[in-house]
This record gives sequence, C-alpha cells and structure tokens, in this order.
Amino acid sequence: MTEEFKPKIVGFLCNWCCYAGADMAGTSRMKYPSNIRIIRVMCSSRINTEMIIKAFQTGADAVFIGGCHFGDCHYVDGNYRTKKRIDVLKRLLSHMGIEQERLRLEWVSAAEGEKFSKTMAEFTDTITSLGPSPLREIKEEAI
Amino acid sequence: MKVGVYICHCGVNIANMVDIPKVVEAISGQTNVAVCKEYQYMCSDPGQNMIRKDIEDMGLDRVVVAACSPRMHEPTFRATVADAGMNPYCFEMANIREQCSWVHEDKEEATQKAIDLVKSSVARASLLEPLQSTEIPVTHSALVIGGGIAGIQAALDIANSGFKTYLVEKEPSIGGRMAQFDKTFPTLDCAACILTPKMVDVARHPNIDLLTYSEVEHIDGSIGNFHVQIKKKPRYVDPDLCTGCGLCAEACRLKGRISSEFDMGIGKRGAIYVPFPQAVPLLYTIDPENCLLLKHGKCGKSPKCEDICDPGAIRFDQEEEHIDIDVGAIVVATGYNEFSPVVKEEYGYGKFKNVMTGLELERIFSPSGPTGGNPIINGTEPKNIVFISCVGSRDKRIGNPYCSRVCCMYIAKQAHLLKEKIPDANITVMYTDMRAFGKGYEEFYERVQKEGIRYRRGNAAEVYEEDDLLFVRAEDTLLGEPYELPADLVVLGTGLVPSPDADSIGQMLHLSRSADKFFLEAHPKLRPVDTVIDGVFLAGAAQGPKDIPDSVAQASGAASHVVNLLVKEKIHAEPIIAEINEDACVGCKTCIVLCPYEAPLYDDEKKVVTINRAVCKGCGSCAAACPSGSIKMNHFKNEQIVAQILEVI
Repeated sequence: MTEEFKPKIVGFLCNWCCYAGADMAGTSRMKYPSNIRIIRVMCSSRINTEMIIKAFQTGADAVFIGGCHFGDCHYVDGNYRTKKRIDVLKRLLSHMGIEQERLRLEWVSAAEGEKFSKTMAEFTDTITSLGPSPLREIKEEAI
Repeated sequence: MKVGVYICHCGVNIANMVDIPKVVEAISGQTNVAVCKEYQYMCSDPGQNMIRKDIEDMGLDRVVVAACSPRMHEPTFRATVADAGMNPYCFEMANIREQCSWVHEDKEEATQKAIDLVKSSVARASLLEPLQSTEIPVTHSALVIGGGIAGIQAALDIANSGFKTYLVEKEPSIGGRMAQFDKTFPTLDCAACILTPKMVDVARHPNIDLLTYSEVEHIDGSIGNFHVQIKKKPRYVDPDLCTGCGLCAEACRLKGRISSEFDMGIGKRGAIYVPFPQAVPLLYTIDPENCLLLKHGKCGKSPKCEDICDPGAIRFDQEEEHIDIDVGAIVVATGYNEFSPVVKEEYGYGKFKNVMTGLELERIFSPSGPTGGNPIINGTEPKNIVFISCVGSRDKRIGNPYCSRVCCMYIAKQAHLLKEKIPDANITVMYTDMRAFGKGYEEFYERVQKEGIRYRRGNAAEVYEEDDLLFVRAEDTLLGEPYELPADLVVLGTGLVPSPDADSIGQMLHLSRSADKFFLEAHPKLRPVDTVIDGVFLAGAAQGPKDIPDSVAQASGAASHVVNLLVKEKIHAEPIIAEINEDACVGCKTCIVLCPYEAPLYDDEKKVVTINRAVCKGCGSCAAACPSGSIKMNHFKNEQIVAQILEVI
C-alpha cells in the first residue's frame, strides 16, 4: 500500500501583506493544512524564475507566491512585476511538463488572515488531487 | 561558523502543538550548529541573557531564534545579539508560532514543519553577511495632512514641542467635521465653543505654517527626510489684504444661490464665501466653478465683489502655487465622510424631502446654520420624528460590516436636542443594538430614555409615502411584531466611511488599508498610531470610525511619536538594500525601468548603473530582474533564498 500523498509546498510571501496576512491567520487561530513551508522576502518581485524552478527541481509539488493587492504594494508596483513574471513562467512550466496549477499567485492583504487560511486549504486540496509533481517522480526514479 | 539555535516554548503557545525536545534533537548536530537550546520565553530577560551569554562564552557568530513572527520580535533579538557584540544582521528568526503552532492541529505535522523551518533558518543564517546601517540626518519639521480636530490636535502638539509644523487642509477653513456639529455627546458642549479656540491657536502659532485650500500633490523620500509638493489652490483673494469683513459675499450676484457644502446642501451661499462665520483663516474664497466672471468671463458691468472691496483684495488673476517642503515625519488625518444613504433605496433618501441624514440635521441645529438653529424642516416644525440607526454600518449587503461607533450616541444627542426644542414631539429611535461604550455614554442614553424618547429594537425595513405623509415600517424584535409609524421627519443614523482623499494620500505614501478601507495601523493593539511606513503616523477617523475624544487622544499619540523622531539628530537606516557589482554590470538599464524610487542611476562615464543608497527601499525587484546577475540584494541574496528552498523540501 502506498503512503498517503502529502504535497510539499514552498511559499514565498512578501513581508508587508501576505506574510502579515499569514501572521494574522495565526493570531486569529484560523487552521489550515501544514504542507506549506514559508520563505519570507521583502517583496514578491524579489522572487525570480530560477528560485521557483529550483523549488520544483528539488522536489516541491507546488509553489505559492503571495503579494499585496494591486495598489497596495509596499514598493508601489512590485506586484505588477510579479504578476508579469509568474504569467510568463506558468506558460514555461507547461513546456516543462509541470501543470500550471502547481504555481499559484495570490494577493493577500495584512488584514486577510481568513483569505490566507482558506487559500492554503484550497491550494493543498488542488495539489493533493493533482498528485506528486512529475519532476519529483523523475527525480525519485533517477535515485 | 558557529550558529546558536534557540527554540521558544512561548509558554504553551508553541509547546502545546510542537514537540520541542524533538526539534532540539533534530537541529543539534546539523551543519554549523554549535548549540541548540529551548526555553519557555526567549523574549524574556533570562531568554535574552541566555543568547548574550552564549555569544560571549562560545563565540557564536550567527543566532537563530525559533519563536513568534519576525514581524513581532526580530527587532528585539537583533538588539540582543548586538548587545553581545554580534552583527544584528547575522540574526535570523523562524516563525513557528503564527505560521505553525497556531494554525495547525496535528502535533506530528506541526513538529515536522517546525523542524523544516528551523533548518531553513539555520541554512540561511549560515549565509547571512554582517551589514552596517547608515546614519541619516533628520529634518526637524512635520507635515500634518487634514485640518479636522485630529489634525489640529496633532499639529498643536508637535508645534508646542518646538518643531515647525505644516498643516495642510483642502477646504478653505480648518475645523473639519467637528466644525459642522452643533453640540457634542454626552456632555452637550457646544462644538464651536471648544473647537474654535483651538483653530485660532493653530493660526496664531509661531511654529505652524497653515496651508488651507491646499492639497498634497506629491510625496517622496523616507523617514527623516520626506519631500512634499503642495498645491495651493487660488482663492482669487489676496490673503494679506482681505479683512474678512464679508461685504463681498453680501454683494455677490449669486448670493444665496449656490448650495453650501458646509451646510450639507441645505443652506445657500454666494460665489465668494467663507464656509462658516468662525472660519480660520477668516479669508473669503471665490468658487471658480460658479463665479460668473471666472466661469463665463463676465459678471454684469463689473464684478460686484471687486467694486465693494475697499482694500482691493479681489484678485481674479491669482494662479495656483506649488510649494515644496521638506519634513521629517508625516501625520495622516484625512478623516471621514458621511455614508451616502442613496444606495439604501428602501429609506427613500433623495426621494422624500423629509428624510435626512445625521450630519444634515446637525446643520439644522447649528445657530449659524441654514435655519438659525430652529428645528424647521422644509418649512415646518416636525412632530413625529423617527431615527433609524445603522444606516451604512453593520451592513454586509452594502459592504460595510463594521460598526461606525458614533451613530448610537449622536442619535441619542439629536433626539435629546429635538425633544428640548419641540417638547410635544413624538420621537422614536429604531435601533439594532445600543452601543453606549464611552465615558458617560450609557448614563446619557438612560437620561434620553427618561426624557420620553422611545427606543424600539429592530431596524426599519422601509420608508414610504402615502398622501404626502411618510410612514416607517419596522419590526419590533423584542415584541416580535411588525409596526408602522407616521413621520414628518425621518433621520438616518448614517455611518462613517473613509474620506475619498484617502485614496490619493494612501497611494502617495504607500499606506495599506484594512478591509473596511480605513488606513491600516502597524499593529491593531500595540501600534495603533503607527503605519508600516516609517515616519508616517495616523490620527483620527482616517484610521477608523472614532468620536472626538478618541480622535484627540490618537492625534496626541501620533504627535508624540513624531516628536520622538524629530528630537533625534540622526536615525539609522536599514542596510537591507541593493548593491551593484559594477564590474559585472553591462549597463542594460533594466533595473532603472523597474525601480519606482529612481534608486539605480546610470553613470554615463563608466557606462554602468550605480545605486543611490538613500532612496533604495530594498524590495529586490531589480535583483530578480538583472539579466547579468550583477545586482546583489543584501540580506535576500540568491544563495540565501536558495539555501532555504533546499532545506524546506
């Protein structure tokens, strides 16, 4: 019998909105699945494509990027850069055989603890039903 | 490399959901980890001393604390390690409370997550580099945006501490909403009597530069050194010559023909006007939207205001001015607007003339208002009066789920004043829940009930008209039955919404908003006057619905934070900014296009880009996009982030 699939999700959250929103989910004790491992950056636009691809190559089943809502970016328009980058990268992922759904970008404000918690639950569900990342399988076969 | 790792129990907050001995076991012996300890409260004095002692005894050069969010205690522990001689930027925090123990329910999973997060922090800490903060000189002056009671109080407090203060108000006079009120609850003080002396103090204060009829156009810079551009709109009146005599307003051909904004459209004014008699500054202003000469180029044979003004203060050729100021701190006090009840169609506002809002009734009460303080509504004295509470508040359907905090009490005050002026009036308040939380509020509510005002629980469903008479239909939720009341005046207890100016000011300062669209404070409990932008503070209803005492208290709080900053000669700036390797830079200018702060500058001689350290905010957008990889984002370098990725998967 195979072990129950527990997706590994890497989250890159901007310090000012989404990370604070995740903190807000915590202070409000809004429960969500424990799959995500959060890495804090100052702005979502700090995350380049190499980092996301590195996460998939290393065996992540999904990557979550969280930034501020448009107009709320702490750095004026960093989130617009993020949006552009992620949109392009999603298309690239398809070419690599990775389903686009495995990369998710969401705007979560510092006040939206509930949204963060719900998004985590929903994203974990999506990835659980998608199954392990194809890259992870290739990697495991190689080993 | 010697990393010290400290796992905090946070009492039971973390220890209940994370198996801490198991985390310690997993981390001890990891690469570079010299010591791994656990303690009940790492942020307490003994906890911090433990870290200091280990740095000194064991020569630790990196420290990781796994505890609450770094947004909470990173500054605390940075100071701790700095005390012991370690570079504060070699400190790293793992968030195992807000983002682990508080949000997960399976202890085994939470423990595994905590282990992963601490490992990731250790890997990152091992690659952190010591950074030196730079010193920035502080401009010893402040800007206060908004001249309502909050802005007035903040400006006075800052100015009284000896600092130059610019108070910017978009209207021709300061005073804000409070100036529109007749009496204040629950003491029934006359609003003008307590407000106008403060307004005069502002105008006379040697440290306050009052800029009325002016708007903030542009803000850049950062804590200690903001550069602000202010637009001074033309009044078409020379402020040095106008004596405020008012002959011009008497003479204006349009006198009594233009809706007065100050009187909520009930009273009328001319094209040249002061919003109210006690305006500060007492300077007349010509409204260019309506003035015949400014709009059509012709006002009879000659403009009457100009003819009658002896000092010759009328200046039709006055142009708008742009003023540049430098300030070290900013207080945002943009206040609120009354909720527009037009969207609550069921109450017939705008359709039935005897349905009015709370602020409109306030102008009716005012002795300097359109009816001279007499309770005359559209020509008659009302006898059957119904107040409806929570209009635009606690209403999810229109997207305002919050309580506006002042309506219950202003309704009680207005009901009292109406009863005083019209003793035989039947007054009913249809309320949702009574919220009389402030000092003396509950007592006032009780007094009003004893005066014969009827309170019936349950909100109104509909206002309709039949044979020229209004009827209000409601359900009494205590009796559990529907009822109807005739009314010749229906007053809507309209709630508070943020001022529309909050949009532009918020964008200029990059301020966040909470779900209710009011400005978001840095911490809901402990930093209620700060914002996440250093050097920018909040006062009054800009941050959320507030009554006068709360607005004044918050304004004084904001002013004290401003003063705390302005007394310093220099502040330390975060060294977490981008740096360019000029040898690798090919001068493609990608970063210049991306940066919203104009931090990267192209050096024509060297054909490379350099970074202006003073304006870089450290977002890292440029570092992520640089095609040649020549931009290093301090504290968030590629290898530091990648090291974290490798540990968490």
